[in-house]
Amino acid sequence: MEWMVWTLPTALFFGVIATGLLGMTIWEVVSPTIERKGFLPISTTRGDRFFIGLLTSAYIHLVVVGFTDISLWLALGVSIVWMAILMRWG
Amino acid sequence: MDKREYQWAWLMVLPVLVLVAFSAVIPLMTVVNYSLQDILGRSAFFVGAEWFEETLNNSRLQAALMRQFAFSFTILAIQIPLGIGIALLMPKRGWQASAVLILITMPLLVPWNVVGSMWQIFTRGDIGLAGFIIRELGYDYNITANAVDAWVTIIIMDIWHWTPLVALLCYSGLRSIPEAYFQAARIDRASKWATFRYIQLPKLTNVLVIAVLLRFMHSFMIYAEPFVLTGGGPGSSTTFLSQSLATMAIAQQDLGPSAAFSITYFLIILAVSYVFYVTIMNMQKEKAAQQGAGGAE
Repeated sequence: MEWMVWTLPTALFFGVIATGLLGMTIWEVVSPTIERKGFLPISTTRGDRFFIGLLTSAYIHLVVVGFTDISLWLALGVSIVWMAILMRWG
Repeated sequence: MDKREYQWAWLMVLPVLVLVAFSAVIPLMTVVNYSLQDILGRSAFFVGAEWFEETLNNSRLQAALMRQFAFSFTILAIQIPLGIGIALLMPKRGWQASAVLILITMPLLVPWNVVGSMWQIFTRGDIGLAGFIIRELGYDYNITANAVDAWVTIIIMDIWHWTPLVALLCYSGLRSIPEAYFQAARIDRASKWATFRYIQLPKLTNVLVIAVLLRFMHSFMIYAEPFVLTGGGPGSSTTFLSQSLATMAIAQQDLGPSAAFSITYFLIILAVSYVFYVTIMNMQKEKAAQQGAGGAE
């Protein structure tokens, strides 16, 4: 952790992202994705939805941190729920 | 002949992965890490999301972002149609084709800094060709004092520098359309416009995706040209995002805020590029589906 002043939050953050990517890869090998159309305006694969989820979550966090006084933990919670909705019905 | 799949082939990709890890992934991770800390010399304090809050509410950066969007969309709106137009006019074969290709590629070979200095001299009121002529014609042209002049000059400079890229991409796209399409169009007595609208433009979609994406990303990160030409002035009227970032990170050594700002910048580029890509790819897919349905009737 001393190297390049890594901190626990960033380590956790990248740990979660890496686990997510690894999990998606394993899932894809075990049962390959089928492109389908959900509530999003485009038909997506599982990986597309994962990417869209991560990107929109980043924006949710930015909006909460920049323009409101709401706790970041709430943003995290909302993002996780949003991610689940997106993966299932997106 | 039986075809064997070599699982070992994947190992051949490893050097690239290592290279990308060191040239892109690890630096990006470092930026994320810095964005949460206050770094003073050799000591660092964890500050959480403070820098994000500060940079997102910084009116100077917000103004730079607006200018950046205005700039990128202006040059896209001009360069894409202009590039298609030039590509349509370019000779198709013979020595003329080669000559035009070489001529048109020239601006692309000039380094950013040099483009900036060239236009800086070109637009000077006392010795510059353009500057002198415009002044002689009676307009008090001055890019160091008039914001509109500076803006127009930067946009024209970017058009001069990068339209050739769009034209080249479109030219290669046009050349790959089989002659049979044009023969069919001639038999149907299709007008020039109809040929363009229903044959050439649809066939150009793929190269246009690349052109729009490249031009958007390039222009969104523009740095050296306006920096050399106007230095971001007059005032801050042509200070774009990357110049604000460079001032923050290098001149002021504010590593934390500039890292937070970089991440926001990166997310904007990522989102806009993704939306562009998905929209254009989807338009194409829908069209293919329609044609498929039409053919089945």
